[in-house]
Amino acid sequence: MERLKLKSDKNILEVNDLQTYFRTENGVAKAVDGVSFAIKAGETYAIVGESGSGKSVTALSVMQLVAKPSGYIAGGEIVFNGDDLTKASTVAMREVRGNQISMIFQEPMTALNPVFTVGNQLAEVLALHRGMKKDEARTYGIEMLDKVGISDPDKRYDEYPFQLSGGMRQRVMIAIALACRPDLLIADEPTTALDVTIQSQILDLIRSLQKEFGMAVLLITHDMGVVRENADRVGVMYGGRIVEDASCKDLFDKPSHPYTQMLMKSLPSRGNRSKVLQTIKGMVPQPTEFTQGCRFNNRCPVAVEQCRQESPILENIDKEHTTACFMLGKDGVADLSKSGWMAEEESPVVEKYDYSCLNVESLKMHFPIKKGFFKKTIGHVRAVDGLDLAIKKGETVGLVGESGCGKTTVGKCIVRLLDSTSGKILFGDNDLSTLSGSTLKQYRRRIQMIFQDPFSSLNPRLKISDTITEGMQAHSVGSTKKERRDIMFKIMERVGLDSDMADRYPHEFSGGQRQRIGLARALAVEPELIVCDEATSSLDVSVQAQILNLLKELQVELGLSYLFISHDLSVVHYLADRVAVMYLGKIVEVGDANDVIENPQHPYTKALIAAIPQVDDDNRKRIVLPGDVPSPSNPPSGCAFHPRCELATEECSQKMPSLESISGESNDRLAACWKV
Amino acid sequence: MKYFLNSWAFQNVLVVLLILLLAWIVMVMRQSEYWRAAFRRVFKRKLARISFVILSIYCVIALLDSVGFNQPLRDTEGQVQCSADTGKVLRDEQGMSLLDYILTPLRASKEKTYSAPFATHQFTKETVMDETGNSSRKYPALKHPRRHLFGTDKVGNDVLYIALKGIRTGMIIGGMTTLLVVPFAILFGVFAGYFGGWLDDIIQYVYTVLSSIPSVLLIMAFMIVYGQGLTQLCVIMGITSWTGLCRVLRGETMKLREMEYIQACEAMGVSKLKIMFSHITPNLMHIVLITAVLGFSGRVLSEAVLSYLGIGVGADTISWGGMINDARMEMARSPIVWWKLFAAFVFMFGLVLPANLFGDALRDALDPRLRTE
Repeated sequence: MERLKLKSDKNILEVNDLQTYFRTENGVAKAVDGVSFAIKAGETYAIVGESGSGKSVTALSVMQLVAKPSGYIAGGEIVFNGDDLTKASTVAMREVRGNQISMIFQEPMTALNPVFTVGNQLAEVLALHRGMKKDEARTYGIEMLDKVGISDPDKRYDEYPFQLSGGMRQRVMIAIALACRPDLLIADEPTTALDVTIQSQILDLIRSLQKEFGMAVLLITHDMGVVRENADRVGVMYGGRIVEDASCKDLFDKPSHPYTQMLMKSLPSRGNRSKVLQTIKGMVPQPTEFTQGCRFNNRCPVAVEQCRQESPILENIDKEHTTACFMLGKDGVADLSKSGWMAEEESPVVEKYDYSCLNVESLKMHFPIKKGFFKKTIGHVRAVDGLDLAIKKGETVGLVGESGCGKTTVGKCIVRLLDSTSGKILFGDNDLSTLSGSTLKQYRRRIQMIFQDPFSSLNPRLKISDTITEGMQAHSVGSTKKERRDIMFKIMERVGLDSDMADRYPHEFSGGQRQRIGLARALAVEPELIVCDEATSSLDVSVQAQILNLLKELQVELGLSYLFISHDLSVVHYLADRVAVMYLGKIVEVGDANDVIENPQHPYTKALIAAIPQVDDDNRKRIVLPGDVPSPSNPPSGCAFHPRCELATEECSQKMPSLESISGESNDRLAACWKV
Repeated sequence: MKYFLNSWAFQNVLVVLLILLLAWIVMVMRQSEYWRAAFRRVFKRKLARISFVILSIYCVIALLDSVGFNQPLRDTEGQVQCSADTGKVLRDEQGMSLLDYILTPLRASKEKTYSAPFATHQFTKETVMDETGNSSRKYPALKHPRRHLFGTDKVGNDVLYIALKGIRTGMIIGGMTTLLVVPFAILFGVFAGYFGGWLDDIIQYVYTVLSSIPSVLLIMAFMIVYGQGLTQLCVIMGITSWTGLCRVLRGETMKLREMEYIQACEAMGVSKLKIMFSHITPNLMHIVLITAVLGFSGRVLSEAVLSYLGIGVGADTISWGGMINDARMEMARSPIVWWKLFAAFVFMFGLVLPANLFGDALRDALDPRLRTE
């Protein structure tokens, strides 16, 4: 591959034609296959791509941390401050790592060693690279903790990781990474495991420290919104190669590679709410299955024979904007309009019924905290604490909130995986929470659930035909085995699975296909309500769009109602008719989806919406919420949100507001706040 | 009852049961792509293949030793003797196995007493009268010189033959005990893990109590009450050793219970029993298999220790532990008689090492924590 022309004067990191391969049981996986990019000092370069695109491996290659002996760097060079790191010795590399290049990881829960205090782990780096003594390291370490915004750094220095929340741990990770003032920080999905309000805190922190220290940042992410708000330059990765490299503004203004264009179109957002989402057919290829030619050719609507035979190289279409595609037009942009792909289709309208499908009244779910020899109950985790929710037939209600707010618990109470402490779950005329035995079994058929993790939601030892027919058998849908199989084939076809896949095992399917299987399993027993618990959260953007479209189609055909539980407001906005926002076991705001998201009233909803990084909106008002979500075992007095609320007054800390209709609007629009 | 339990016939009933069960397991596994793939991974390894062949040889010998018949009695001319009044062929009261029959030359080559491996002369001096009537003390020549790979024992039996006879005992102890342990461990482990609450408390209580009694003590007490014998040993070893596997299975079940596919079944209204035995148990089988194979060799070794302590299978059953027990006296003589101990060691090592290697290969192929997918 031809080398990219790079400005060599100020580049702090130059990666040229990097190839990182892995030996696997299924042959050589070319995880990174000819990647070139450069980062200037003080700049943020983002690599964005879906799972399996090779973005994390690129980061690990720069650190020389590719898992040996199966992984190895097969070619190319990584020039950092003039030295080629691929040729550096292990000893020299140790001097670079943590000192000149540091890295922060996705999972703050596992990146810190649980048996050492925060201080120990900070001091270790300082002793290693700066030769600091214990006291000196302590002073400096506390200063670093203060810099990353940890309150009470003196005290926190001697605490263990388990005493800190997820957001704080990520701050500690950043403190450790930046302790030696590196020239380059590699942030591998630094906020993916965090809630949106915490995410915006952490991204703000990285930005401000970057300015202060003048370091370069290599940001690895799958989230276009995060890229838009943080990056100076962006490389879009697909199939182990960079397919487009541009300044952030150029990329979003004028995406030129078909993949980039399609990726942006398949994001659910405000603009395309009533439209069918544009999807990229098929799925992200795995590194062992890369084909000849352009890696995107089998999913590309404009691919021609040349794309299947030759690999395109990055070529300038503009100053500082390069794209690897044979099909670029005169303006440097691949024209997808002729392929019919760009045609926007209106979503079919779901028939709305005026009678309710499910009515949840003052639902409470308290988990007892037991302690001591006699297991005395010393308190309760109030996961759900008085929740009202109504779902009409044919309606989609989105339930949003951050982790720990109790939204999943609500879902589990409704499908009766948990027995609620008190409150009513009215389904038709029956209160589900009082049913048991065979009457409960009849209702189980009518309410089904789809789970978040497509990998743990299917039994790995069962053929998918057995998984799908299991429920039919339990509820005597279809009288014979053959009849059930016939029904199964119909459903499989409906959710987009080939009938010859029926006798395969789950490990042979991709994440998106597994989610389709989960949907088929639920549909097999002809439910009326489906609880979708983060059903699309673990999917790649292009696959997520396929599943969202499918959910909408099925709703129209079968008159289903959905309770769509998610932390992702843009997905909820796209799919839901009404939205309920949860905070610490209670609903704080509920109403029509458009209304709530375009015109939020509760300060928490406002902050939540403001915290989502947006692709299409440059000038939105940012609200960064201070602190973490409080523990549900010991919620704050009065309004649970008051310690984090900028509008809070004395009244908020004493009296709990109830959900009340917001004046001037329809009865459906409720909020629980004294200040509305 | 004691005699029945120890009778060869009853033991063979158990052996047949064991074979049927193994055959069934192999059948079931062959149908599942998961197990086929797992065993392909196991047999990719040279060491595992070699281990498997050695284990198979042991199995074949044990089986040959389990097929028995009564030989007809013959007179000195080799004529089959018949009963005078009924005309039926008279048979040897003492049963004989196919292995005995195959090893007839080995069995028949008896000496008078100890002889070292491949020796030409006896190990001990004897007063021998020559033709002239002069008596002298010397090492008499053996009847079958250079024939005894592992020498002969006190009464002149070939040690190789005894060691080969020990294989069946070892295999039965390993296999039978495992057969007893696995169902109990699965049943209790899955129930405790899945239901939790008071059921879990009771089961936990039982196995905590059981595992806090020294097992040697328990085995000794059991043997005194029910008598020494192969079957009794299997039963008591089963009782003392299901707790470890049960504990692991309980923990794994608690983890699986929270998996989304189990929750999906619950939301679907699938019955609890069905969830436990057709959803959870298959996902535990890799742990069961690994533990069974590794536990197998552990049990063969404990038999030796128990027999050495005098609470093993008993003197009338040939076993490696019994051989080691005999060696206690032989090692005390001077010069020492080492070959019986050596033979027991070689045969046990030859069974336990391949079993462990095969178990390791299985674990590597099955344990998801060790595999990077």
